[in-house]
Amino acid sequence: MEYLNIALPKGRLGEKVYEMFEKIGYGCPAIKEKNRQLIFENEENKVRYFWSKPSDVSIYVEKGAADIGVVGKDILLEYEPDIYELADLDIGKCRMCVAAKKGFRDNSEKTIKVATKFVNIAKGHYASKGRDIEICKLNGSIEIAPILGMTDVIVDIVETGTTLKENDLEVIETIIPISARLVANKASSKFKSQQINDIRRKLQEVIDND
Amino acid sequence: MEAFNKNETVLYNLRMLYEQYGYKRFKMSKFEEYDLYLEYKKFLQTENIITFTDLHGKLYALKPDITLSIAKNANPAQPQKLYYKENVYRASKDTKEYKEITQLGLEYIGEIDSYTMAEAVLLAARSLRLISESYILDVSHMGFISGLFEQAGLSDVQQEKLLGFLGKKDTHEMRYCCEQYGVEKEMSEKIVSLCETYGSFEETLPKIKALAVNAKMSDSVKEMEELYSVLSAMGEGEHINLDFSIVNDMSYYNGIIYRGYVRDVPFSVLSGGRYDNLLQKLGKSCQAIGFAVYVDLLELYDKHSREYDVDVLIHYTENDSPATIAKLAEEYISQGKSVKVLGYVPETLKYREKVSVSQKGAEA
Repeated sequence: MEYLNIALPKGRLGEKVYEMFEKIGYGCPAIKEKNRQLIFENEENKVRYFWSKPSDVSIYVEKGAADIGVVGKDILLEYEPDIYELADLDIGKCRMCVAAKKGFRDNSEKTIKVATKFVNIAKGHYASKGRDIEICKLNGSIEIAPILGMTDVIVDIVETGTTLKENDLEVIETIIPISARLVANKASSKFKSQQINDIRRKLQEVIDND
Repeated sequence: MEAFNKNETVLYNLRMLYEQYGYKRFKMSKFEEYDLYLEYKKFLQTENIITFTDLHGKLYALKPDITLSIAKNANPAQPQKLYYKENVYRASKDTKEYKEITQLGLEYIGEIDSYTMAEAVLLAARSLRLISESYILDVSHMGFISGLFEQAGLSDVQQEKLLGFLGKKDTHEMRYCCEQYGVEKEMSEKIVSLCETYGSFEETLPKIKALAVNAKMSDSVKEMEELYSVLSAMGEGEHINLDFSIVNDMSYYNGIIYRGYVRDVPFSVLSGGRYDNLLQKLGKSCQAIGFAVYVDLLELYDKHSREYDVDVLIHYTENDSPATIAKLAEEYISQGKSVKVLGYVPETLKYREKVSVSQKGAEA
């Protein structure tokens, strides 16, 4: 049997996902050793894991370097990769929101200024309302933009809302709920359909039982 | 001696295959009037077209697609079997830059019966076989899917949305959307099960037969059964899978559609289907089926690379006579080797053996 390459997002979400894989018999003990290795293999069950930046998981999967991976719905909506979305893992849950300074009044006479990492999502959201916007693409700490008056609102992921609250911001609109998805390369799904199907089915059982 | 890379050899073999089956090469100009693409934009699935004005001020485009031009020029009174090898110009999704892509394709335009349909799919399978030993041809039927959608009372916009989710096998969103559209439970489970149907025809055909709820769907199943009987008789049975996730635009494609994959290439290398609807929109009363092979992908993902630049480096000095050098070169070539004749030894050149003319002459 061939190795199945699995891309996991670095960080808390990835660790949670790995635990799910371990539970269904696709563990890889080497991954828990603290070293600088990038790729981890388990000869017995023929799996090969690697950690990557969350937003890169969909690229590794689309280009076939990883056969399957786990990635947030936010990334899928933003980059629209041509891949299969096999299951909603029901973890890493949050919301894509529009937030603004407390007491912000949306003035529909004016072009609205939006700061975001998710340009595509923000554009799509406002286009569906026929609203003219001016986008300001930022790569982090988006919350600063409305505080300093650079933009009127932000479009970003909100998990607990604590950061917003501490900075005197509030959610004014939820665009879409977000969660982690099991994704697969389309061509790999043909040649390794048994392995991939097995993982999908077992993960689904874990999700349904929780 | 390795004279050609994989994609050149494959191109040659594919053209031979199509010629053997009596398909004629169709050579086209690089340009087309822009209006054509404006009108049939959805068929192209791309909005980025390179345009320019000709000397009379008319707007032209560098072809992003060949099928549309063939369909436009089709004559319903004269059935045609043809193939093409052309460069098309499309924007890459990742880099947002234009790329020149070599496309090899095959089209049949005329009345389509069970045999002609099977031939167009068989040739797709045979094409994949020429590319790699390990290949899979996924087959779907747009009539089957639209039959189910129509029965569920979905509007065009809703159908398009669901097709998008089907293409991603996203059962989660699909179920949610069906609920939103007020599709009854039993029907929505049938729609969702389209995502989960994947596998050999033998296994999946009985399953999808059970899904059929109207004549359009059972006719489609019959067509697929006929197709499969031909393909398995021709030894392609084990390479053919049923997969509803290979969706194409419904307003142009109506019957069988298919997509081919080979091992070690992470994208589909072949795609095609039946597009009677396009011809109807062009005002032609005939049917059509065809496919295209994305040969550029083969080169991009070809793991094999040449070990040596050349078999023999023939090194000469000013003391050697040109005639002796020429004779020596030809001697090696007649042994089936490639030679590079130089008056110096380049540092970066990788050769199997080095021969100096004076030494060789002395031996003789």
